[in-house]
Amino acid sequence: MENDWGKNFLLRKFKNYLFLTFVLICTIVAVIPLFSIIGYVLVKGIGAISLDFFYKLPTPVGEVGGGMGNAIVGTGILVLLACLLGLPVGLFGGIWLAQYGQGRKGFYIRYAADVLSSIPSIVIGIFAYVLIVMTLKRFSAVAGGFALGIIMIPTVTRTTEEMIKLVPRSLYEAGLALGLPEWKVILWIIFRTAWSGVLTGIMLAVARVAGETAPLIFTAFNSPYWTLKLDQPMASMTVQIYNYAISPFQDWHAKAWAGSLTLVFIILGINLLVRRLSKRITYG
Amino acid sequence: MIKAKKSVSPGGSNGDRWFKNITWLFALTVPLIFLGIVTILIINSWLSITKLGWGFLWGVQWDPLNDVYGALPFIYGTLATSLIALLIAVPLGLGCSTYLTEVLNSNVREYIATLIELLAAIPSVIYGLWGIFVLGPWLANSVEPFLKVTLGFLPFFQGPASGLGMLSAGVILAIMILPTITSISREVFQAVPQSLRESALALGATRWEMIKLAVAGPSWSGVIGAIILGLGRALGETMAVTMVIGNRSQITASIFSPGYSLAAVIANEFAEATSNLNLSVLIELALILFIITLLINGLARLLIWKTIGERTSS
Repeated sequence: MENDWGKNFLLRKFKNYLFLTFVLICTIVAVIPLFSIIGYVLVKGIGAISLDFFYKLPTPVGEVGGGMGNAIVGTGILVLLACLLGLPVGLFGGIWLAQYGQGRKGFYIRYAADVLSSIPSIVIGIFAYVLIVMTLKRFSAVAGGFALGIIMIPTVTRTTEEMIKLVPRSLYEAGLALGLPEWKVILWIIFRTAWSGVLTGIMLAVARVAGETAPLIFTAFNSPYWTLKLDQPMASMTVQIYNYAISPFQDWHAKAWAGSLTLVFIILGINLLVRRLSKRITYG
Repeated sequence: MIKAKKSVSPGGSNGDRWFKNITWLFALTVPLIFLGIVTILIINSWLSITKLGWGFLWGVQWDPLNDVYGALPFIYGTLATSLIALLIAVPLGLGCSTYLTEVLNSNVREYIATLIELLAAIPSVIYGLWGIFVLGPWLANSVEPFLKVTLGFLPFFQGPASGLGMLSAGVILAIMILPTITSISREVFQAVPQSLRESALALGATRWEMIKLAVAGPSWSGVIGAIILGLGRALGETMAVTMVIGNRSQITASIFSPGYSLAAVIANEFAEATSNLNLSVLIELALILFIITLLINGLARLLIWKTIGERTSS
C-alpha cells in the first residue's frame, strides 16, 4: 500500500517536471524569433547604412549609393495626415464614450471601434482606394493618409476613453462645484489630467501606422522623387522596403535591411518609451 | 445639485449642449466608417457577384487576362496557412503564458512578457524581409528535409523543399500571432482567483495538477477566445504572407509548395487590375476576407468577455 503510494508520487512528480520543462522550452522558443529578427536587422542594416541613406534619393538599379530620404519624409507626412483624421475622431469620440457613453448608444460605438480594429488593413486600403483614388483618378498621399487615419481611430478612441475613466470622479465634481460649465471641466481638468495616458495611446497608434504597408501599396503608391504634393503619389519607408526586398538585386536587398533598421529603431523606440512612461502614470 | 447649477447659468448649459453634440458627432464617425466600408465593398463587388455567381467561390482557375476567376486557391491558402500558424502558435503561446503566470514569480516575468509583446510591434514588412532571407532558407535547408525523412509518408510533407511556400507563411504567421495568444491567455489566467490555486496546492496537488484542477476549468473559454483572436489576425495578415507564400494560385496538399492567400492576391494584383470586372473580383475577395474576419472576431470577443468581464459595456 505504502509502496504503491510512493510509486504514484514519483509518477506525479515526474509528470510535473515534464510539464515544467515543456513550458520553459515554450518560453525560450517564443523569444528566439524576436532576437533573431532584431539581430539580423541590426547586423545587416548597420552594414548597409550610411549618412547618405537618410537624405539622398533612391538610385536606379546598378547605381551604387543613394538612400531613402524621400521615403523617410514621406512616412512622416503620411503619419501626419493620418493624425489629422485619426486624432480628432479618436480623442473627441473617446471623450464622448467616457463621459456620455454609458447607455446603449455607447455600447454600439464601442463595438464598432472593436470591429474596426479587427478589419484587415488591406481592406481599409481598398476603402481608401475606392473613395479617393478612384475619385482623383490617381494614387495620392491623401488616400494613403486617409487609410492610415482610419487604422488609428480605434486605438486612440479606446485609450482616450480608458484613460479618462481613470481620472477620479472627485476632480470632475470639484470642477463643477467651482461653477465651471461641464465642457470646460472635461476639457481643462479631466482631459488634461488624462493627457499623459492619452499620449501613450497616440504614440502607439502612430508607431503602428508608421509600420503599415498593405494599405499604402495602392493608395499612396510609391515615388522616386522628393515631393510635398499631397495629391500625388508619395514614397514611404515600408513600401520602399517591400519593393527592395522582393527585387532580385543584392544592392537593393542591403537597402531593404538598412530601411528596416531605421524603421525598427523608430517603432521599437516609441514602444519602449511608451512602456516606460505608462508605468509612471498614476492619478489622484 | 448639478442640475440646479445648470439652471442658474444658462450660458454654461448651452455650451455643454454644444460640446456634447460635437463629441457625439465624432463618436458617430466610428460606426459610420464601418458601415461605409461594408457599403463600398458590396457596391464595388456587385459586378463580380452578379456576373460570376456562387461558382466563383469554388472555381480553381485564375486567369484575369481571359476573365476566368476562381477564389478557391486563395481561400484554401488563407485557411491552410492560418491552420499551420495555429498548430505552432497555440501550444507555444499557451505554454509560454502558463510559464509566465503560474511558474515565474518575479520581475523576470514582466521582462519576458515585454519581449514577447514587442513581437507585435515589428512591422509586417520586416517579418517578410526576415522571412525571405533568414527563415525561408533555414526551413528549406534544415526543417523541410527533416520533415521529409520523418513524416514523408504523409502527403503534406512531400515534394521539393523550398523556402517560399505555405509552410514559411504559416511559420511567419505563427510568430506574428504569438503575442496575441500569449498576452490574452495571460490575462485570462490572471483572472482566475488566487484562492482556487491555493486550495489546489493545499490539497497536495503538484503545479501541473493545480493547473488542471484550478486554472484550466474557469479559463478555457477565454483561452479559446484568445486563440480565435489570433486566428483572426492570421487570416488578415497581408505583407509578410505575400512575401513568403510564393504567390502561385494552386491547391496542393504539400505544405512545402507555393500557394496564395486572399490578402496576398489583393496586394499583388489590385494596382494592376486590367478591367472593371478584374477590379470588382478583387474587391469581392476583400469582401470574403472581411466577412471571415468579422465572424471570427465576433466569436472571439464573445468568448473573452465571458471570462474577463465585458469591458465594452462597462
